[in-house]
Amino acid sequence: MKSSVIVFPGSNCDRDIAVALEKMQFKNKMVWHKETSLPKSDLIVIPGGFSYGDYLRSGAIAGKSLIISEVIKAANSGCLILGICNGFQILTETGLLKGTLLRNKNLKFINKDVNIKVLNNKSKFTSKYKLNQVLKINIAHNEGNYFTNEKHLTELNTERLIAFKYCDKNGNINENSNPNGAIDNIAGIFNSKKNILGMMPHPERMIDNMISNTDGVNLFSSLLN
Amino acid sequence: MEITEKIVKKHGLKKEEYHRIKKLMKRDPNLLELGIFSAMWNEHCSYKSSRLHLKKLPTKGKQVIQGPGENAGVIDIGDNDAIVFKIESHNHPSYIEPYQGAATGVGGILRDVFTMGARPIALLNSIHFGSPSHPKTKSLLNGVVSGIGGYGNCMGIPTVAGETKFNDTYNENILVNAMAVGHTNKNKIFYSKAKGVNKLVVYVGSKTGRDGIHGASMASAEFDENSEEKKPTVQVGDPFTEKLLLEACLELMKDDSIIAIQDMGAAGLTSSSVEMASKGSLGIELELDKVPCREKNMTPYEMMLSESQERMLIILEDGKENYAKKIFKKWDLDFVVIGKTTSTNNLTLKFHGKIEGEIPIDALSSKAPIYDRKWSKKKASKKKTDIKKLKKIKLEDALVKILSSPNHSNKSWITNQYDQMVMGDTVQRSGSDAAIIRIHNKNKAIAVSVDSSANYCKSNPVSGGKQIVCENWRNIISVGAKPLAITNCLNFGNPEDEKIMGEFAECLIGIKEACEFLSYPVVSGNVSFYNGTNRKNIFPTPVIGGVGLINNLKKPLNHNFKNENNIIILIGKTFGHLDQSCYLKENYSIHDGMPPEINLLNEKNNGDVVLNLIQANLVSAAHDVSSGGLVVALSEMSIGSNLGIKIEKSKKLRNTAQYFFGEDQGRYVLEIDKKNLISVEKTLKNNDIFYENIGITQKDYFEIEGEMRLSINDLYEINNQWYNNY
Repeated sequence: MKSSVIVFPGSNCDRDIAVALEKMQFKNKMVWHKETSLPKSDLIVIPGGFSYGDYLRSGAIAGKSLIISEVIKAANSGCLILGICNGFQILTETGLLKGTLLRNKNLKFINKDVNIKVLNNKSKFTSKYKLNQVLKINIAHNEGNYFTNEKHLTELNTERLIAFKYCDKNGNINENSNPNGAIDNIAGIFNSKKNILGMMPHPERMIDNMISNTDGVNLFSSLLN
Repeated sequence: MEITEKIVKKHGLKKEEYHRIKKLMKRDPNLLELGIFSAMWNEHCSYKSSRLHLKKLPTKGKQVIQGPGENAGVIDIGDNDAIVFKIESHNHPSYIEPYQGAATGVGGILRDVFTMGARPIALLNSIHFGSPSHPKTKSLLNGVVSGIGGYGNCMGIPTVAGETKFNDTYNENILVNAMAVGHTNKNKIFYSKAKGVNKLVVYVGSKTGRDGIHGASMASAEFDENSEEKKPTVQVGDPFTEKLLLEACLELMKDDSIIAIQDMGAAGLTSSSVEMASKGSLGIELELDKVPCREKNMTPYEMMLSESQERMLIILEDGKENYAKKIFKKWDLDFVVIGKTTSTNNLTLKFHGKIEGEIPIDALSSKAPIYDRKWSKKKASKKKTDIKKLKKIKLEDALVKILSSPNHSNKSWITNQYDQMVMGDTVQRSGSDAAIIRIHNKNKAIAVSVDSSANYCKSNPVSGGKQIVCENWRNIISVGAKPLAITNCLNFGNPEDEKIMGEFAECLIGIKEACEFLSYPVVSGNVSFYNGTNRKNIFPTPVIGGVGLINNLKKPLNHNFKNENNIIILIGKTFGHLDQSCYLKENYSIHDGMPPEINLLNEKNNGDVVLNLIQANLVSAAHDVSSGGLVVALSEMSIGSNLGIKIEKSKKLRNTAQYFFGEDQGRYVLEIDKKNLISVEKTLKNNDIFYENIGITQKDYFEIEGEMRLSINDLYEINNQWYNNY
C-alpha cells in the first residue's frame, strides 16, 4: 500500500503520521506543497498542524495551494484521502468535504484524550473497528467545532456518513461528552463516496502503548485491507 | 546630535558608565553608538551585577559538553545523543502584553536551542502571578497561558511540564520563564564563535521592524506607573515563521556550511553580531542598507536595536552561499548577505556606503562594566509557631483547604491548552513529578521538571536555594531518571538594593552547595533583575529546570497508585517542620519562620537508593513529598489513580498536623507490591535509609485511621473546582 503525506509550511504532525504509516508497513512518501504532481498513491494524508500559520482561516490558504489541485483530482478518481485535524480543516476548505470547523466553544485550544464512538464501520477507513466501539483518542485543536447546514446534516445521517462522534467512556453521546461544541458531537465525516475521511482526533498519536494506547491502529490496518 | 545627560539617562546608562564609554571609545559616541552600548551594557545582556556570583556555580561534569556562555547548555546522554537546553525569563514584556510577551518568550528560548543544531523536543514553563483576587491576575493568566500555548502548539513542540503559582508578591510584576529542550547528535553541535576573516555574514528569517526597540533595556529597569507606555517595546511573535526558520536551519545544518550561528534575541542584530565577533576575537562589518526591513525609512539606530523575532545571523563557509540560499528560499525566508568578518576587532556599521558607527568589540563585551555590588546577609528569623497554641483544625478540613487552594488545585485547565502529544514521544505528560520524553526511535528517554520555592527563598535564601535544587532532583528521580544537569532562571528584584543583592548572592550559595553535593551542574541559565514596581521587589524566585536520563525505557513510572493492597512506604525522616509550610499559610495565614533544613547527605542517600529501587523494578509508584507535606503527596497519588489509602495511626506520632503537613525535605512516598516488600526493605536497611511503612492502598476511600475518610471522587472534585470556577 502506497501512501503520500502532503507537507505544507506549518504542518507539524507530518512526522507523526509518517511514523504511524511506516510502522503499519505503508510505503510512504512526503510531498512538499510546491510540487505539482503526486507520486502514485493509494492513500493521501493531509496531516495536522498550522498550515501557513492558520493566520487567515484554518486551512484556507492550504486549500488554494499548488498541490491541492492534484489532491482534488486524485480524490475525484477514487483515491483514499485522510485529513486529520488541520487536514480536516483543509478538506472542508477545498470543498472535498462539506461543512466547516469553527472555533472551539470555550474559545481555547484543547489538548486531551477524549472518547469517540465508531458510527459506521462499513468503510475503507473503519472496517477493522466494531460498530459502536468506543475509542480513546487524543485531540489537539483550536478550531474543531464542526458545523454544517440542516440539509447536509440530514444527508450525513441518512447516508451514514458520520464516521465518529464524541462520547463518554460508556459511549453516551451528549453535551457533556462534547469537547468543542461540534454539531451533534461529530468528530469525523466521510464524503458521499466514502473515499475521503476528515477527522479532528489524532489516530496517529494512538499507535504505541508506551505513549498512549493503540486505539488508532485499526484505522491504519483497515486501510491496508 | 549632541549626547546630553538626558539622552544618556534615557538609554538606561549611569553617568559613570557614560564616562567609561567615552574612555573606551577615546571620543564621544554618536547616538547610534550610544544605543548599541545601552543594548550591550544593560543588565539583561551584560550580567554586570550577577557575573561575579554566577562564576562560582559548578558547571562541569563528565556529562557536560557545553556549560554556560553559549546559546544553551549541552549534555551527553550516551550513544552520541546530546541534549541541549536552557530556561529564560520574559517577565517584563509579559506583564505589559501577556499574550505576545509569553509567546515571544517561548519563541526566543526555542531559537536558543535550535541555533545549536538541536531539534526542540519539549517545552516547559514556570509562571508566577499575583493574588487571584488582584484585578489584573485573571487576564494576565489567560493571556500568558494562551501565549505559551499559541507559540508551542503552532511550532508543533509539546509543552510537557511546568508550574503555576500565585502570590501577592507578583501582583505588579509577574514571572514568565520558559524552558526548551532539544536533541541532537553530539558531533553536530553548532556554536556562536566566528572563525576566519572575510567570511560572509548572513541574515536569515523574518524582516526587521520597529518592534522591541530597547526591549532589553526595558527588562533592565523597574516598573513604575508609566510602564503601560512601554507596550511598543514588546515584540510580536510569529510562530509560523519560526517553524519555517527551524526547518530551514536544521536542513542547512545537515551540511557543514555554517561556521557560526547566533539567534537575534535580546538586543537583536547588535548582540548577535557582537557575540560572534567577540568569541572569535574578530571584527565584523555590516552594511545596514541590506537588512531586510518590514517598515519604511528605518534608521541604522532602529535596525540595530530592533528585537523583531524569528531572525538569525549566520557566518558561512566560503562557497556555500548559493547552497544555503536555496534552502531558505524553499522555506520562503529572507536570506541576505549583510556583511563580513574583519580583522579590525571593531563593529563597523555602514549605511549607504558611509560609516555610521564604529566601536571596538571588546568595549561592548569583555570591557563592559562588572559590578561587585554590596550585599547583606539575611537575618535569620527567630519566630517559631507553636502549633499547640493554635486553634485546632480537623485534618480533613485542613487538607480540603489546601487541595482547593489556587496553588494546589489541579492545573489541567492550563495544561489542556498546550499540545503535549505532538511529536509522538511524550511518555509522561504534565501532572507527574517530571515529564518523560522518549528520544525519537530509541529505547531511552529524558525526564524534565521545573521548580521554585519563593517562600522558602524569601525567609532563608541559602537553604531556599538548596531546597529547589533538591526538590528538582527528587522530581527527576521520582520518575526513575538519573538527574544529569540543570538550567536556572534567577528572578530577583533590584540589585542596587543591598538586601536584594544579598538574596541573590545567598540563593546562589545555596544552589551552588546543593549542585556540587549532588553532582548536578548548571549548564545554562538566565538572570532577571529589577522585578518589582515602585521599589517593591518580588520575593527572590530562582527557578530550576532539571534534566535526567532513563537509559532503558521499559515501564515508565509515575506517581499514581497502581493497585489496591499495596504497601505504602515513606522514605526519609519526618520531624514535623511547619514554619513556612503550606499548612500554616492556607489555614492560619501565618507566613513567619524559617523553611525546613536541608540535609544534603540524606538527600543524596535517599535519592540514590530510591532510584536504585525504581530501576530494579521494585516500585509501583513514587512521589516526592514537598509543599503540603505527606498528606498532600498521598492525595495527589490517589487523585490520579482513583485508588485510595488506609493509613494506620503512627505510634510515634506526636502531633497529627506536624506529621501529615510537615514539609521536611528528602522524603518520598513509594507504593510497593507486597511481593517486593522483602527486597525493598532489605535494600533500605542495607543503605541505612530511614523509612516507615505507613499503610496500604485500597479501593475508593482516602482514609487515615481516627482522622478522616473521604471518597476519591470527593477528593477529585475538591482538587478540580478552583480553576473551573475562576
